[in-house]
Amino acid sequence: MSARLAAVPSHGTVVIRGGTVVDSTGTRRADVLVGDGRVIAVDPAGLDGDRTLDASGCVVAPGLVDLHVHLRQPGREDAETVETGARGAALGGFTAMIAMPNTDPAIDCAAVVREVQDLSAGSCCDVYPSAAITVGRRGVDLVPMAELVRLGVRIFTDDGAGVQDARVMRRALEYAAGLDHLTGGRRVVLAQHCEVDELSRGGSMHEGEWSSRLGLGGQPAEAEELMVMRDIALARLTASRVHFQHLSTAGSVAMVRAAKEAGLAVTAEAAPHHFTLTDACCATYDTVFKVHPPLRTDADVASVRAGLADGTLDAIATDHAPHTSADKERPFDAAPPGMLGLETALALALTNLELPIERLLALMSWQPAAIAGVDDRHGRPVAPGEPANLCVIDPEATWTVSGVAMASPSRNTPYEGMELRGRVRHTLLASEPVVIDGEVQR
Amino acid sequence: MAATSQRRHVLSIADLDRPDLERILDLTGSFAEVSQRRIPRVPALRGKTVVWLFYEDSTRTRLSFEAAAKQLSADTVNFSVGSSAVNKGESVRDTVQTIEAMGIDAIVVRHSCAGVPHRVADWIDASVINAGDGRHEHPTQALLDLYTARTHLGGLDGARVAIVGDIVNSRVARSDVLAFTAMGAEVTLVAPRPLLPSSLEGWPVTVTHDFDSVLGDIDICYLLRMQLEREAGASVPSLREFRAEYGLHAARADRLKDGALIMHPGPMNRGVEIDGDVADRPNAVIAEQVANGVAVRMAVLFLLLGSGLDLAEDHTVAAA
Repeated sequence: MSARLAAVPSHGTVVIRGGTVVDSTGTRRADVLVGDGRVIAVDPAGLDGDRTLDASGCVVAPGLVDLHVHLRQPGREDAETVETGARGAALGGFTAMIAMPNTDPAIDCAAVVREVQDLSAGSCCDVYPSAAITVGRRGVDLVPMAELVRLGVRIFTDDGAGVQDARVMRRALEYAAGLDHLTGGRRVVLAQHCEVDELSRGGSMHEGEWSSRLGLGGQPAEAEELMVMRDIALARLTASRVHFQHLSTAGSVAMVRAAKEAGLAVTAEAAPHHFTLTDACCATYDTVFKVHPPLRTDADVASVRAGLADGTLDAIATDHAPHTSADKERPFDAAPPGMLGLETALALALTNLELPIERLLALMSWQPAAIAGVDDRHGRPVAPGEPANLCVIDPEATWTVSGVAMASPSRNTPYEGMELRGRVRHTLLASEPVVIDGEVQR
Repeated sequence: MAATSQRRHVLSIADLDRPDLERILDLTGSFAEVSQRRIPRVPALRGKTVVWLFYEDSTRTRLSFEAAAKQLSADTVNFSVGSSAVNKGESVRDTVQTIEAMGIDAIVVRHSCAGVPHRVADWIDASVINAGDGRHEHPTQALLDLYTARTHLGGLDGARVAIVGDIVNSRVARSDVLAFTAMGAEVTLVAPRPLLPSSLEGWPVTVTHDFDSVLGDIDICYLLRMQLEREAGASVPSLREFRAEYGLHAARADRLKDGALIMHPGPMNRGVEIDGDVADRPNAVIAEQVANGVAVRMAVLFLLLGSGLDLAEDHTVAAA
């Protein structure tokens, strides 16, 4: 995938002036000079370059990394394409994202992996396709994992559905654990969308007070938690690594916390909507609030926030899921689940999580980069010689969310009209500014 | 609903307070009188157009609304989903906006999914009446239930109502719980756990699994249709066991207080939630519920669309 870099023309050096650098090594006031894909110099005394980006009052950080986006290509280009998704990502401060495989056709073979890789060439965010665990995401036969790993795939998931059959999941974990020789010793990650279909079937929101009142079918928290529990057991059985996607319940967070304390190799992500919104939002039957896993209760929101604060949860991942207005205007039962997330994730984290910026960036940059196996290029320290994938964040800027203003052709943001704090000012991919002052450049 | 003429929609009993409900019930009384006339027709809604948009099969509710609209002299259009563009994949939003473009005053919506009437109300300017949305609400059914019960019991303050059977799948139950409690009645839900909503937080009800324990205390025994099409049958070991534990058979009906009403929204599964001979007893007011449905729906249409003026006999029709 690094071949893509060569396709990006070089336009001389850029200095990011007047900001505060925050990375995994700490925080310091410094100008940052980049060029030819790399960081050239970091100097508190000031630097000059061919072009200057103002960063006064801003945080200069490694670019954000999103473990979980739906780019809808191939198959639903009316909802999103790799190109529009990459624009949204850049506007949201992301320099890398993992594309989920529930496209049409699914990313489950070499041809579709290559297609997504080709589509992302020259886009303003690095796109790493994940691949399905099972062919067609049907939960039965394993995809050709070794072949796909050789193409660069590092994350496998049937996202959109969980692997229901424990025996299939065990096989996948054991097989993936034997692919280290293809990856330079790094573990391939199996990521699970935790949902036991028998319990969630017929549900379109969280099962509880609101679903009962609204007459909508519910998905109990236990539908998620049973699979978290099962996969923790399978991680133990197979001595393998499992990543839990978009955890949404207090019980899930508690189980992952206990599993980590027990020394198991589990990691987990949470989505911004699960630390921001609750099932009460569904009271208007507006399907923009329909998402899987569903919006939960205040107590679950509090647990997700606590899990992000105490390190139980390793990453904030958007689960960016564009859908056309026509699809979202279907009845609540029938409308597809999912919401836009790329352009609001950082601001929601800054607005809603009372975390120091260093912690927050760990959750959105270097920790997800490590989980995804892209930490040779993303989430790197801002230091000479390192890849210059950076974002410049104004943590105090306030702005009002507007779906039509977003890069996606879809409009399904649940935060329409909400005032948020914290905005991405500039994003640099391989030292090229792809977003300048909030305007996308490609 | 202080200024009732300004209310645009009837989507949920939850939107109505006791004075609203009483106003509708009083108006229903007036319209019940209209229905008794030699020519049961008033010109109150002449020139108004009401559309039926039923995405789910309905016989009694639609006929009842149609009769109500006709007695008010409204023009009606039946948008039959089976033969329409909906079958060609048209979205609800496109359908209702197309219908509205033709110039209509109200749209009566039934849909198998909860919330569709609420969404329709967001999308169009015409009045929207919820004729049943999924497992959510069926407000006009609750209004006719209140009217029927009030007619027999005088008032509903302190009345004890048992709602029995398939609560979880029932839009009637949700509307009736809100309606009866708003009118001062005490509601007990009688059902096995799988036929109750997963959470009853905020519901002003008591719950029992022991039907026999409440029989002697209640003023209204309201039986719900076991919604076998919504897999209610899979929630109990067998319909035979359900009837034994929760069905109103003769031995149970004999234990009801004198004057206690037996109600059912129809259509009945005779021999499941109610035995055939029990449904035909004098204190079973099931047919009366249906009859009152017309007057209730006249009241609702009139409140939403009427000028508030003309309840006089329609002489043009009388002369014709």
